[in-house]
Amino acid sequence: MTARRVLLIEDEPNIIEAIRFILSRDGWRVDTHSDGETALAAIRTRAPDLVILDVMLPNRSGYDILHDLRRDAATKALPVLMLTARGQKKDRDLAEKLGVSRFMTKPFSNSEILSTVRELVG
Amino acid sequence: MARPGDPKFLARAGYRRRRMADAARLVPLIGAVLMLVPVLWPGTETRTSGAMIYVFVTWAGLIAVIGAMSRPLGRMMRDPDPGAEPAPAGDED
Amino acid sequence: MSFDVLVTLCLAYVLLLFAVAFWADKRAARGRMGWIRSPAVYTLSLSIYCTAWTFYGAVGYAARSGMEFVTIYLGPTLVMVGWWTVLRRLVRIGRIQRITSVADLISSRYGKSNLLGVLVTVLAVVGTTPYIALQLQSVTLSFDVFAGGGVRADGDSLTQTALFIAGGLAIFTIVFGTRNLDANERHHGVVTAIAVEAVVKLVALLAVGIFVVFVAGGGAGATLEAIDASEISEWHAGPARWMTMIFLSGAAFLCLPRMFQVMVVENSDERHLAIASWAFPLYLFLMSLFVVPIAVVGLDVLPEGANPDLFVLTIPLAYDRDALAMLAFLGGFSSATSMVIVAAIALSTMVSNHIVMPIWLNARKGGATVSGDVRTVVIQARRLSIAGVLALGYLYYVFSGGGTALAAIGLISFTGLAQVLPAMLGGIFWRGATRAGAAAGLSAGFAIWLWTSFLPSFGEAGLLSASVFTDGPFGLSLLRPQALFGIEGLDPVVHSVLWSLLVNAVIFCLVSVLTFPTPVERLQGAAFVNVFRYSEGAPGWTGSAVEAEDLLMMSQRLLGTAEAQLLFEGEAAGQGKSGYIPDVTPAFLEKLERKLAGSVGAATAHAMLLQITGGVSVTVEDLMKVADEAQQILEYSSQLEAKSQELGRTARQLKEANDKLVALSVQKDGFLSQISHELRTPMTSIRSFSEILMHGETMTPEERQRYSSIIHDETIRLTRLLDDLLDLSVLENGQVTLNEADWTLEAILDRAVAATERAGPGPAMTIDRDRAGERTRIRTDGDRLAQVFINLIANAQKYCDADAPRLRIVVRERQGRPVVDFMDNGSGIPQKAQAVIFEKFARVSDHRAAGGAGLGLAICREVMHRLGGGIAYLPGQGGAAFRVTLPRRQAEAA
Repeated sequence: MTARRVLLIEDEPNIIEAIRFILSRDGWRVDTHSDGETALAAIRTRAPDLVILDVMLPNRSGYDILHDLRRDAATKALPVLMLTARGQKKDRDLAEKLGVSRFMTKPFSNSEILSTVRELVG
Repeated sequence: MARPGDPKFLARAGYRRRRMADAARLVPLIGAVLMLVPVLWPGTETRTSGAMIYVFVTWAGLIAVIGAMSRPLGRMMRDPDPGAEPAPAGDED
Repeated sequence: MSFDVLVTLCLAYVLLLFAVAFWADKRAARGRMGWIRSPAVYTLSLSIYCTAWTFYGAVGYAARSGMEFVTIYLGPTLVMVGWWTVLRRLVRIGRIQRITSVADLISSRYGKSNLLGVLVTVLAVVGTTPYIALQLQSVTLSFDVFAGGGVRADGDSLTQTALFIAGGLAIFTIVFGTRNLDANERHHGVVTAIAVEAVVKLVALLAVGIFVVFVAGGGAGATLEAIDASEISEWHAGPARWMTMIFLSGAAFLCLPRMFQVMVVENSDERHLAIASWAFPLYLFLMSLFVVPIAVVGLDVLPEGANPDLFVLTIPLAYDRDALAMLAFLGGFSSATSMVIVAAIALSTMVSNHIVMPIWLNARKGGATVSGDVRTVVIQARRLSIAGVLALGYLYYVFSGGGTALAAIGLISFTGLAQVLPAMLGGIFWRGATRAGAAAGLSAGFAIWLWTSFLPSFGEAGLLSASVFTDGPFGLSLLRPQALFGIEGLDPVVHSVLWSLLVNAVIFCLVSVLTFPTPVERLQGAAFVNVFRYSEGAPGWTGSAVEAEDLLMMSQRLLGTAEAQLLFEGEAAGQGKSGYIPDVTPAFLEKLERKLAGSVGAATAHAMLLQITGGVSVTVEDLMKVADEAQQILEYSSQLEAKSQELGRTARQLKEANDKLVALSVQKDGFLSQISHELRTPMTSIRSFSEILMHGETMTPEERQRYSSIIHDETIRLTRLLDDLLDLSVLENGQVTLNEADWTLEAILDRAVAATERAGPGPAMTIDRDRAGERTRIRTDGDRLAQVFINLIANAQKYCDADAPRLRIVVRERQGRPVVDFMDNGSGIPQKAQAVIFEKFARVSDHRAAGGAGLGLAICREVMHRLGGGIAYLPGQGGAAFRVTLPRRQAEAA
């Protein structure tokens, strides 16, 4: 069985490294992308089982990307875990309105992110 | 008027000028009084010729007096009072 | 002598006058005034006081009442002799206030009241019309003397002659009276022609007089005897009449529109008054010297029933002295024409300024902005008014049927116009005189005059029925026109003068005392009454800058400081100047006046601007006082309105405050959200990796080593962020203490370059320095400046994307201030980002390389601000370029 694939869209190198470490230990294949503008295209070509999406991305915000994902039939049901360092309630509300699968605030605990990823894809 | 410490001739000049202005105001009053004298004359005893002479002589006298004053008064208009107090001057009131 | 010769001579004389007027106008236009503005011409022009009424009528008067005629000349003599008191003041006021007529004087004095202007204008027209008719009548009668050889021609040809004369006078007056566009400019042509006519009439009367005394009468002594032997030998001047007539003629001399015109409006130099003060009484003296002899000889020589009003003409004719008669005719003609011309000019100015223009301006409210437009209208209005005034005179002449007693009409006219006297004298001597007082007094006097003098003048079968005379109107005997309040037995003239002027003056004073003047009235009152205090030896404002400043000060009082400054600043900017002081151009004044008119009314605004711009009569302090008062009154009267506005204003203020708070809150939210992000990001890494290490996952020692160092780095990043935040907060609150010392730029740059020399990722950056320029010595806080330089160099290291990154640091001097430019050879900062790079957390691109929180440039800006300099992005340098401007150097230490 091929490893389930996660596409991590995030621009902080240290966070990328942390998440990659956590998920790859659990048997996930982790691809990364760090630019907002080209993220959508990356999702389409890589066709991951799950997308972990940061909000504050260079050139395009995570919200915009989520919005476009949900409008496209091909990615409508794609599980999206959103991470943000801006943990206000209105951020969460906006993400939920846009159809996010799960919303998490940084900093997160490793076990939490792992269980969420498992849950979303499982 | 002649304040102590003022140069004497200036104070004198200013004094002269103000008295001249007083005179200029007085002349028409004197003239009016003189011209009203005929009112007192009894109607029947006065001759027109005499009245005529009185009126014309008085008139000529007035002209002469105001004529004599016209030059200094005209000068006063040209160069305002050098020795007068600054505000209302002796010129008015 | 034929009538045709007379007509030809008359036309030739008129042509001569035209030529004189034309020549004088031309000369004046070329600026060669010479004797045109001499005291002699001024004095002679005053002689329009001696109209045909005095030229012909005085002899008639003397033939009827002996010496009493002389009172008509004594009044003006006393006024002239007293020139220092009244006329000098009047002339000065006229010049300073640019007064155009009696009506204007009264209107202007009482706060530019148009009501008063109209009242005086109507009074003047009503009072002058019969007088003009009188002139037409005497000229036609004198023509008649020649034409019919003493026999009356038929009425039709007389009215025809009158029509021709009226028409000719209208043309002359229009041609020479409305040449100048500015009403206040002198009519040099007209005045010169009038001076010529004055000489002609004096010479004519003297010639006739000398002829009568020394040829016909046989010498001075014989003439005196003849006088004593004549019908008028007895002195029977009634005291009341004698006094009244002197007073009345003096008053009329001041108030007659035509006298005011030549005496005040046409006056070109106040000192001419000094000459005229004796020269004009002398003229009057000569004019009256031979009146009694002529009358006596006329009564003696001419047949019973001959019109004594025409003795001046008929005596020479009786002695067959045609040439002398001709001269006398021209004298009479001159008297009549000069009076009519000046009266028409004076009246037309009043009618156009106080009746036509207000109506016209009102009709096209707001539209009258083109000045050329208005000037044409003014000129047309004047021309029509002149024609109208002469038409009225002509019609009066035709309908009154040409009464015989000239003197009666003259006195009625005098009495009417003398009603202006209380308001005039009160206006120039008494600050307490008010508009209401003047209006009430004038109206009352005018009404009494109409009732007791003007209406009865049409005779018992005229406008008033006989029963009104005997029993009063509606049987009210107290109101009988010639016996008001039951006081009978007074001479009609004395009666009318006494009552009208007495009531006029009493009401004027009473109402003035009881009413309160408006600020403008007080301003004008002060300007008139204190005319010498302010104008003598005080040249006024000369420089236009001073004026503009005065205008600004005044406007601030009326408009409020902010609005006035805005207006002036805008105008200055429009003129390409900076600051608040524009040039005082007509356009600007017009704009300002309109603006001021919005708060204090048009008349006030106009008056106030005139005071400052035309400016000699009132000090700025006076204006300020009035302006303050006006402001207070405005405030007081608008208090109610203000109260309701207060609520609205409070609501608006609340809304504004709320908006501001919302904006602030949005800003703060954004800031907090940014900080949250900047704090949580490193914390995420730290937490993640520390959990990894904690849980003892299997990993290589290299991995363990690496993860620990990530945690370490992120901790440092957090610390730096907090340091930056604190630094920024301290800078923004101004709580920094600067340690100023003397530095060279080189030393500081050395420190900065050294601090940034750590082997970063990517190719090392070459830094080009400008050692010569860096020797510039400055006094500053070296640590803070180094902080800025470090930031800029570090930024260049982080963001310069060239293959061989290069940073040039150049020191220059601009406008006496040292500037340091940092220019790299990368791709620079996109234009839309340039505007925000100095804002907090404004990170332009991908910040993986940055390692900062985006506070660096914000801190740089604050630091430079504290150091008294600045920092800016320098576009168009090829790469990213920043310019640091240092404060102006102090005097360099030796």
